[in-house]
Amino acid sequence: MNIKLIHEIEKEIIEDFALFDSWEDKYEYIIDMGKKLPVLEDEYKLDENKIKGCQSTVWLVASYNDGRVFFKADSDAVIVKGLISMLIKVLSGHTPAEIIDARLDFIREIGMMTHLAQTRSNGLLSMIKQMKNYAIAFQAISNQKTDYK
Amino acid sequence: MAISDLRQQFPILNRMVKGKPLVYFDNAATSQKPQVVIDALTHYYTHYNANIHRGIHTLAEEATMAYEATRRAAQEFIGATSEEEIIFTRGTTEGINLVAYTWGRQNIATGDEIIISGMEHHSNIVPWQILCEEKGAVLKVIPVNDNGELVMDAYKALLNIKTKLVSVVHVSNSLGTVNPIKEIIEAAHKAGAKVLVDGAQSAVHLDINVQEMDCDFFAFSGHKVYGPTGVGVLYGKKELLESMPVFQGGGEMIKEVTFEKTTYNDLPYKYEAGTPNIADTIALKAALDFIKETGKPAIRAHEEKLLNYATAQLQAIPGLTIIGNAKEKVSLVSFVIKDIHPQDVGVLLDNQGIAVRTGHHCTQPLMARFGIPGTIRASFALYNQKEEIDTLITGLHKTIKMLS
Repeated sequence: MNIKLIHEIEKEIIEDFALFDSWEDKYEYIIDMGKKLPVLEDEYKLDENKIKGCQSTVWLVASYNDGRVFFKADSDAVIVKGLISMLIKVLSGHTPAEIIDARLDFIREIGMMTHLAQTRSNGLLSMIKQMKNYAIAFQAISNQKTDYK
Repeated sequence: MAISDLRQQFPILNRMVKGKPLVYFDNAATSQKPQVVIDALTHYYTHYNANIHRGIHTLAEEATMAYEATRRAAQEFIGATSEEEIIFTRGTTEGINLVAYTWGRQNIATGDEIIISGMEHHSNIVPWQILCEEKGAVLKVIPVNDNGELVMDAYKALLNIKTKLVSVVHVSNSLGTVNPIKEIIEAAHKAGAKVLVDGAQSAVHLDINVQEMDCDFFAFSGHKVYGPTGVGVLYGKKELLESMPVFQGGGEMIKEVTFEKTTYNDLPYKYEAGTPNIADTIALKAALDFIKETGKPAIRAHEEKLLNYATAQLQAIPGLTIIGNAKEKVSLVSFVIKDIHPQDVGVLLDNQGIAVRTGHHCTQPLMARFGIPGTIRASFALYNQKEEIDTLITGLHKTIKMLS
């Protein structure tokens, strides 16, 4: 399997955003990504999968397969959904160690730092934290399994 | 001076946000400050910063005089009988908590009932929930109708011999509804209950006279009346404040301390433990004076024009629904747009330099009542202009287009 490294995907996103010269273009792109993110099946829209933000609801589910973590997510706010979609693009399908170490500099590079700062209003920070927490948990499980061998 | 000229006295309104002139419509969260308030703060720190009430040197005397001058201004601002009834707090939230922790602990027992309304800010819900849980008391809620008004018949039906306190908001921060406060208070008193009025939103718009209102407690925040953050006022009827136990222990609130027993200071100092927020309290006077000189009727007339204009303009936008259509309403309009999340609107308006509030406005039970995750709220102040509402409307059209 030929999988791009996290920083390579980040670089691609940064390059995409460099083409936009207005905030409108930038947000239209994010909104578009939000709309294209596959709808999360209702069975996953449970309270336990909710990330508590102040304003929008975000659901995040993770699975672990063959040493790699896969994410699915949804939100009732489309800009948040676009941001999640980018996080999934960057982080999903990587190993726990790669996800834990990811610096996610692209968020600053594409000018979305304000979304990171407004932790209470859209929970982008809690989203990243939750994704990393899943990676930490999966890493712990796989380490345990190795111990038993 | 004409209201429209007062805008120049608010320096922050000259700034740009994301390359566009700031349109500030988040006044119900906090109002901007006129130059006189900013000057009062720097003047205090530049010329007479000192700890108050005990020092005998000149600076301490000047600071004490200025601090107590705010108390007199606050007394006048809300029509209290005496300065002793004016307790300085950090804000409305602390004022409500003070009553819950002192009067509440003393007077609420198992089985007693406290009435709040369905449009309360979390600050006027949680302190009573904590108290009820501790004492085994029951919290009752006045329902809200589809227009965003309190159902007064239901309120009156809730009142009974077990009702010890009614704690209600004067003006809703989410809907702008002005509640019939005198009627609420009169009915509560007939049932033998005390009344606390959350004046966080009303103090800046309405004429407040606590004697005429006959409320037992009234709380408001400095930062919503063009004053600094971190200072607020709790009014309480003197005989209540005298009979209540102390809130926090420390300096200032004592008369005499021995290891065996401490005697407490007289009103209002009994409730003001520790070095208070001297600078912000002093600057609050500048804000209260500013409102007095401008005149609340003139402010209200201006804001009402803005509200009516905004309401008409917003109603013309397809898919937009205004939440809160009370007959008596002040200075803010809350709305939702079909199939669009309020947060998305807030983000895109911010990129156009427009500051509105989106979300549940710390009134989650009220949002649940209307079955919505939150609203978009534009709230107006004396410095806002009709042209800014036009900017908002243009911004909204653009926002809706981008999101659909």
